Order: sequence, then C-alpha cells, then structure tokens
Amino acid sequence: MSQDLDSLYQEIILDHYKHPHHKGLRDPFEAEVHHVNPTCGDEVTLRVHLSDGVVTDVSYDAVGCSISQASASVMTDLVIGKSVDEAMSIHEEFLTLMQGKGNVVPDEEVLEDGIAFAGVAKFPARVKCALLSWMAWKDATASAVELGIEPVEMTTEEIR
Amino acid sequence: MHGLLPELEVIRKDFPILERTLAGDRPLVYLDSANTSQKPQIVIDTMVDHLERHNANVARAMHQLGAESSEAFEAARDTVAAFLNAPSRDEVIFTKNASEALNLVANTLAWATGDLSIGPGDEVVITEMEHHSNIVPWQLLTQRKGATLRWFGLTDDGHLDLSNIDELITERTKVVSLTWVSNMLGTINPVAEIARRAHEVGALVVVDASQAAPQLPVDVVASGADFVAFTGHKVVGPTGIGVLWGHRAVLDQLPPFLGGGEMIETVAMARSTYAPIPHKFEAGTPPIVEAVGLGAALEYLRHIGMESIHTHEQTITAYALEGLATVPGLKVLGPLDATQRGGAISFEIDGVHPHDVAQVLDSRGIAVRAGHHCAKPAHARFGVQSSTRMSSYLYTTPTEIDALVEGLEYTRSYFKLS
Repeated sequence: MSQDLDSLYQEIILDHYKHPHHKGLRDPFEAEVHHVNPTCGDEVTLRVHLSDGVVTDVSYDAVGCSISQASASVMTDLVIGKSVDEAMSIHEEFLTLMQGKGNVVPDEEVLEDGIAFAGVAKFPARVKCALLSWMAWKDATASAVELGIEPVEMTTEEIR
Repeated sequence: MHGLLPELEVIRKDFPILERTLAGDRPLVYLDSANTSQKPQIVIDTMVDHLERHNANVARAMHQLGAESSEAFEAARDTVAAFLNAPSRDEVIFTKNASEALNLVANTLAWATGDLSIGPGDEVVITEMEHHSNIVPWQLLTQRKGATLRWFGLTDDGHLDLSNIDELITERTKVVSLTWVSNMLGTINPVAEIARRAHEVGALVVVDASQAAPQLPVDVVASGADFVAFTGHKVVGPTGIGVLWGHRAVLDQLPPFLGGGEMIETVAMARSTYAPIPHKFEAGTPPIVEAVGLGAALEYLRHIGMESIHTHEQTITAYALEGLATVPGLKVLGPLDATQRGGAISFEIDGVHPHDVAQVLDSRGIAVRAGHHCAKPAHARFGVQSSTRMSSYLYTTPTEIDALVEGLEYTRSYFKLS
C-alpha cells in the first residue's frame, strides 16, 4: 500500500507543494475567480492576465492539501506563456489524465511535471483536489476572453 | 485500563466489518464513527429477516404480512420512545435522517400561524459550533420570514460563550436550536440550562442529538428540549432513518410537513384533514426496514447500557488525548478534558494538510475523517480551513488509538517533518 502512497505523492508533487511556483495574487489581470471544493473546503482565488491571445500571467492564493497546491503550481508553469488555445488543449490533456482512472498514459512532452499526477487518477477522492485550480483557471480565462483584451486596473483592496 | 467496556472483545465480534483487513493485511482501524458507526450482526440479521420473512407495506396492507410489518415498524417506535424516555410513543416521528428532522421543525414553523408563527422582529438563536444541518434550515426560515438569526460564539477552549446569554435570549427569541455534543469540537453543551433560559422567554428549544444519542444517556424530559433530533446510522443502526421527538402540545399545533399517504385522516378534492401525530408528519411509505433496524440497534445499545458506553467513550477519549499530545506539532481543537467532551477529536498537524494526513493513515488501514466535517463556521472560528478528526465508539480499543498515534508519527516522517 505504501507503494500506492508513493505513486500518489511523487517527489515532484511534494516539491511543488513545499515550493509553489507563481503563488500570490498579482496585477494586472482581466478576470478573477474564487473556486471551492465544497466537500473538503479547499479554496483558490485565481487571476488571469491575457495579452494578445497569450496567457501572460496566472496568479493565485490557495489553501488546501498537497495535491491541490502542487497542481496549481504545475498548472501555472504549464499555461503561462502559452497561447490561450494551446493552454486550453493542455487543460484538456490534464483533464483526460485525471478522469482516466489510472489507465491513461500521460504525454510528458505536453504535461511536463503534470505527469506526476498520473497516480492521483487512481484515487477518486483526490481527483477533484488536483482539478480545483485547473477548473478555476479555465473559468477565469473564459471570462477574460469574453471581456476582450483590456485589463481591469484595480488594486487588490478594491477587489475585496 | 479501567472504564473500558468489560466485554470489549466480545462486543467487537458483534461487528463483522471489524474483522476486515485492509492495506496489505493490516487490521481495519475504524476511527470515523462520528461520521457513521459500524453495524452489529443483530442489526444486519434483523433487517434481513424482515425483508426475507415479513416484508409488506405498513398500516395499509390488509393481510398477515402487512400486520407483521406494521407491528415490527411500530415496535421500533416503542423502542425509540423508551431509548429517549419519551412521555409518549406518539411523540416519536420517523424521518430519513437528523437533517430532515431539523428541517421538519424549521419548515413547519415557517408555515405556522398563531402563537408559533415567526416574522419580522422575531429571533432564532443557534450556535457557532453547529453542523450545517442545524444552521442552514434556520437561515432559510429567518430569511423567508424576515426574522433575525443570532448565535452564541465560542470560547478559545471550544465551549459555548454564554457570557452574553441575556443579550441573546430575549423576549424576541422564538427558537433556540443547538447541538448537544459538537461533531467537530466534541464539546458537550449545557442543554438543560440553556433550555431553562429559553423557556423563561417562551422560546422553543430544538436539540440536535446526532452526536449525543450514540454516546450519552438521552432523556428528552430531563434535557428540557421541545424537540430532539438524531439519526439512526450513528447509533449502530442503518442509514435512511432518523428521529424527531417533539412535545405533543407543540407537534399538535404545528401544520403538516409533507403531504401524501398516511398523513391524512380524510381527503376530498377541495381539502383534507390530517392524521394525529406521529402519522401527521410521516407522509408516504416510511423507511420500514430501516426503522426495524434502528429498533434492533437501540435494543443492542440498551443491552450494553448507555452509561457503560459513555464511560468507555470517555476512557478511550482520555487515552486518545494523551496519545495525541505526544505527536509534535499536533493541536487539538476543542476541550482537552475528556469528562467535558464526546469521542470526536479534531486536530491539526503543523505542516501536513488534513487530506494528506487521512490519505497516509488510510494506507495503513486507519479510517479517519478530513475536511470541515460540515462545520465550516466552527472551523473559521478557530482560524482553520479544515481538520483531521478521529472518532471512537463502543468497539474502539486502546490498541487502535496506539495505531493512530503511530500512524501520525509515520505521516510526519513521510512528509519529512522532524
């Protein structure tokens, strides 16, 4: 069973958990969303900044387990700097991996550190942990795209 | 260890699931009984026997099986009444769970007229340590009726803050609803004292006994409450069956909850008249075999003795609190004195999220709960987003607590905390 545990808690996941990338809320941004996992209480506030169809920044503030925190960190690594279309297809690829019940072989070329989450797919209760920030990103990006291209110039204080 | 149930090993044999091994042949260590309890063979057998030999609808089948089924169902009501020391069996209403029982009260109060009606200027008082099922129905009631929801806060050591009781319970108070034992903090509340204060101002008192009924002797008369709710699956019974006990005088005055079969006296196209209690509040075919199973469960607990079960829980809880105190970076949320609390112990470990704690424990066959335990406001009060909760019951052994403590040490080393 501890083999299963090690397949869930890959070193890459624990590293991202302890040292998350791109964490913190930053300006500018076009959309901000707040997503929660109602069954466990994990929460993420996430901002997306797009320019010229490219995901220029994703910033976030999150509380939750190692899986959800590491997933947010890996997600930002994967989507920042990509075009919205490209980032959306990476999102699709990650979603397929997570919903694959452990039977999907991840493509390291596309998912990079995200392949470490392959083991999570075998733990149904943890899949939603891994998807929390990805779903928040998709939601925020969709709103940002809908809004057009002008960033919202607001400080954190004004938002809250 | 003094205080444990004397025949603990025999009791454990009554629960077939406890023989399971998990996680590479490790024995199951079930420490999630506040979530749902395990079921003794007698409950399983009684339900199977009912389905195999006596199954029929109740109160409407004019044949022998119908009579047997009705008798078994109504006998379960007698058992519940005795378990609660209810003055009358008719005051025992079967629901599907405690949430439905609490919603029954909140909804029928929203529809009540006369003395019981609630409107602008009226207040409903709850507490910050309630389960969501004793918060949301009252939010809905007060929002729908333009009334005001107020609540008792909590002290830092996890008790109700009663210092402002005179400002909270006033002439405007129509309902005071509180939990007897907290599902998160474990705190046992002074229900009778609060009920006395509430009655002085003419308020109704609703008590959520979901965590109390499994582990304390519950006497609805001594509690001073007007309504007491609990659920079957936490008292070694099945899911799908709950109980609302209420004073006859209040139940008679309240309008019906759900409309349908069984709850009527007579029906014409334009209007109906309603059955007397308890059937007035039991529309439709009830959860029959679940009620029969609940009856068997409460007989089982009565046979062992609620006083002995309470002592066992306190003994195990004290031992668990001692063990948990040895784990570095572990902080218990709630009272640290086992005599003032029930068997649910929520805690945090510095540096490891509760989900991760529960996952590592699960890999060792140890079942605990992680999350907000449907008590988000209580977690927020203590500035935590979620916690890990162990909860014992009459079948829990000190060895299982040792396994938990060892598992927590392992969790810390797995996440490289030292």
